[in-house]
Amino acid sequence: MSPILTISGLHKSFGKVEVLKGIDLTMQQGDVVSLIGSSGSGKTTLLRCVNLLEDFEQGSIELAGQSIGYKQEGGQRRRLSEREIARQRAMTGMAFQQFNLFPHMTAIRNVMLGLIKTKKMPKDEARAIAEKWLERVGMGQRRDHYPGQLSGGQQQRVAIARAIAMNPQIMLFDEVTSALDPELVAEVLAVVRDLANEGMTMLLVTHEMRFARDVSSKVVFMHQGRIHEEGAPEQIFGAPKTERLQGFLANSEF
Amino acid sequence: MNFSLFLTELWNARLSLLSGLGDTILISVASVILGSVLGVFVGLAMTYGAKWLRFVVRLYIDFLRGTPVFVLILACFYILSVVGLDLTAFQAGVLALTLFCSSHVGEIVRGALSAIPQGQTEAAKSVGLTFGQTFVYVLLPQALRQILPTWVNTATEIVKASTLLSIIGVVELLLATQQVISRTYLSLEFYLFAGFVYFLLNFVIEQAGRAVERRISIP
Repeated sequence: MSPILTISGLHKSFGKVEVLKGIDLTMQQGDVVSLIGSSGSGKTTLLRCVNLLEDFEQGSIELAGQSIGYKQEGGQRRRLSEREIARQRAMTGMAFQQFNLFPHMTAIRNVMLGLIKTKKMPKDEARAIAEKWLERVGMGQRRDHYPGQLSGGQQQRVAIARAIAMNPQIMLFDEVTSALDPELVAEVLAVVRDLANEGMTMLLVTHEMRFARDVSSKVVFMHQGRIHEEGAPEQIFGAPKTERLQGFLANSEF
Repeated sequence: MNFSLFLTELWNARLSLLSGLGDTILISVASVILGSVLGVFVGLAMTYGAKWLRFVVRLYIDFLRGTPVFVLILACFYILSVVGLDLTAFQAGVLALTLFCSSHVGEIVRGALSAIPQGQTEAAKSVGLTFGQTFVYVLLPQALRQILPTWVNTATEIVKASTLLSIIGVVELLLATQQVISRTYLSLEFYLFAGFVYFLLNFVIEQAGRAVERRISIP
């Protein structure tokens, strides 16, 4: 089976600082890959490159057979048009650390917006899909609430529904529990776990090591812009090979 | 103060005062609408424009905000006629107030747009919205709510600034009042009356603004 996501030789700099120094990563359909590492290791940047919230200077990302963000034309590397990029962004779903729900829309409107505007769905169809997903993340009862009327955990569940309702090829989770009060973390992780169990392809940046161990098919440890060590969760957490990973895990909470 | 005499004169002068009030309202409404439309473009250019455009627009804003409205009105009236653009006093006045309004609205719009967290744009992008869609459905509705109170304030400023058009001979409420005074010598009474009408106008604008604000507030 051909991989759903192929990242090869990815380089990314912010000005003079190189934050990604050549990343290679392959994911099959249904894979759940967790990116772990200390802050500044480049894991969030890597995630953001996959849905083009960040440009990258070198290397390529291929998602479901499409070259993401750039194309080769006569030996030249060209950025795709904004319209094309917008379309490709909709192939990935992203959940953010800060939820980023649209505060002036109810929960269900938040989920419907992309369906109506990007997928050009009729309102009724969009509403039905939005209702289904809000139900799935346990927010069906609160679909007419505004984000400001919801707790952090509830907002994040709506945000996940908003992303996944677009039926993306892959879901990206960027530290989705980091901004939550401890007692709200579990409800969000439960939603993510359910999605993983159902075969959703997911790439997630997380500080929840126990969760990463439970849910991942592969764990990638990043350090200073490179993949330092990767492997099955049992191996990464049970028998880390490199000293850096051992040090990182020793300082992490379980 | 002879109250019954004032009432008699007020009745006699009702038509010229009403016509003055009409002009005041017309000037204010035209300037606020034209100035706001122009101001939105100014704000957009300040927020999303290329560097050179931002520089030019910044000069525009700073120049207009740094110039007294009074001077702006005189300039529009006298300087433009020198360069061959023949505007009536009314048109020149509206132009001056429009420019003045656009610089304020431009600054308000820029502030409101830049106050929206970056995450909003990113979330909109991540569901595949184009820049135009992001602006219309995500950024603008949030910015408008933020803009409204300051915008209403600008509108009342324009109503007040419209009195300055009396200098170039536009017979708006203030000049109409002064003409009545020069005929009746009831200066205190009619100035008080004009002041009260201006207060009433702005009071209505502010109440209307608050009502809209309450209606569209986000829970």
